[in-house]
Amino acid sequence: MVVPKICGLETEYGIAHRGAEESNPITASSLLINAYLSGLQHAPGSPMARVEWDFEDEMPGRDARGVGGGDLDYEPETHLVNAVLTNGARYYVDHAHPEISGPECADARSAVVWDRAADLIAQRSMEAARALLPAGQELVVYKNNSDGKGNSYGCHENYLMDRAVPFSQIVHGATPHFVTRQIFCGAGKVGTEAAGTERSSVPFQLSQRADFFEEEVGLETTLKRPIVNTRDEPHADARHYRRLHVIVGDANISEVATFLKVGTTVLVLALVERGLFPEDLCLAAPVAAIRAVSCDLSLRRPFLLADGASVTALDVQWELFERCAKCCDDLGTDGVGGEVAEQVLARWEAVLGELEADPLSPATTVDWAAKYRLLDAYGARNGCDWTDSRLRALDLQYHDLRPERSVANRLALERLVDPEEVSWAATNPPPDTRAYFRGRCLQQFAPHVVAANWDSVVFDLGGETLRRVPMMEPARGTEQHTASLFDDCQTPADLIGRLQQ
Amino acid sequence: MAERERIQKPSRSSAESEAAASQPGAGRSGERLKAELDDLLDEIDEVLETNAEEFVNSYIQKGGE
Repeated sequence: MVVPKICGLETEYGIAHRGAEESNPITASSLLINAYLSGLQHAPGSPMARVEWDFEDEMPGRDARGVGGGDLDYEPETHLVNAVLTNGARYYVDHAHPEISGPECADARSAVVWDRAADLIAQRSMEAARALLPAGQELVVYKNNSDGKGNSYGCHENYLMDRAVPFSQIVHGATPHFVTRQIFCGAGKVGTEAAGTERSSVPFQLSQRADFFEEEVGLETTLKRPIVNTRDEPHADARHYRRLHVIVGDANISEVATFLKVGTTVLVLALVERGLFPEDLCLAAPVAAIRAVSCDLSLRRPFLLADGASVTALDVQWELFERCAKCCDDLGTDGVGGEVAEQVLARWEAVLGELEADPLSPATTVDWAAKYRLLDAYGARNGCDWTDSRLRALDLQYHDLRPERSVANRLALERLVDPEEVSWAATNPPPDTRAYFRGRCLQQFAPHVVAANWDSVVFDLGGETLRRVPMMEPARGTEQHTASLFDDCQTPADLIGRLQQ
Repeated sequence: MAERERIQKPSRSSAESEAAASQPGAGRSGERLKAELDDLLDEIDEVLETNAEEFVNSYIQKGGE
């Protein structure tokens, strides 16, 4: 049995203040988030009091490799807007970007629902900000990972893992997947931003992020970015759990791409945890390979494994698919998503088959293919090459979250989840993780919640001291376990009393 | 591994046929996609930023992660 692969996505959005003479991204991000939060507080019948994030357990500078790994000094930005939402997410200004860290989800489908909910929250934030800004000005949010000028911002993934698995084993297994999964979850980009290269030397590549990875393993997220990040901050019982923090991925517009990104990674990590990851799939040069794969639209160019064999990204992905499929057949899908894991396998097999037949054929599910087809056709019709600013603009506009201006919206990408479910998820937590407990606390008792974070909720019951409710088990605090408790409690004191029984 | 033969397995669950039904190869033929793309090209200039160059140059995102 594997540790349940609870997962979550955190997205740093690009932001532009249109129509303003001068703009500051921190001010713009703060305005965006505050506009949304104020709107919630003033909504009719809203129980929402603003609840701040609790920094008590933040330690992103700790290195999973332990002694010798090289912990970083890190000071969280506690002075900027930083709120907890009733859907269990955190909405805050991270450096110079608005960021939504989604709630803990039990499977890849759930991760898609709350990822789309985050996008909807960003859209509602833009609308709320428009009402506050002078005529002719607006804040525009982009769900991408690069400005095309060498600045990158992340869409990070998190996966719950067994602390007993040696970190070196995780690196061994995760690296081949992270280098090659971009063939179906890359978001596509015009040009290159890799240090020391001419922008136009690469017309178009699969990934937004591959240019920015310079190390195989490490703790950094902003400089010398590593393919496998070693941040050791479990936000859970550290004796049992590790949270694998993944920084190598692109933010996806396609729901199917998000589903595959999270779903395949869950299955590969479970394979690692079970000690079933193939020994012979170690790459000779992962950093060179991640860039080479990103720049090869044919998906046919081989790279070397450590044992000297020559493979393509598709070879590696087929191998991983077959291992994961066999693992699910032999050992079941408990802990890796149940039925959702079967859907992931079916989608995974289908997309690899399509990519093998024609890399551009999954044009309604794979972001880079959808974007490339449009830009290539636009260029052909209008006689522009890949350095033309119209193609670069369309590249950025693919990620524009304003529904009427989004280029992706015009491409009829396949939907996996119902818009009504997404709308519901903007204010309600996933039912099957501890996010449910956090969300219910905020929905029901927000005026008494002083702060909350991933692993605790702090109440002010009016007494001498604040009361912290720890949530060190990410799979507990679900609707099934706590819904009737919340239904029975009229006050936060009732809740605390019942929890102490 | 480079020489590896792929093992043909029985199809995976009903989810596969469901997924396959919505794939371009099945429900949406390549020609239909191409026709849709032509229609889209006709209207994409409405969405494209009016001053693409200025828009691209002014899109700067510093500091993240």
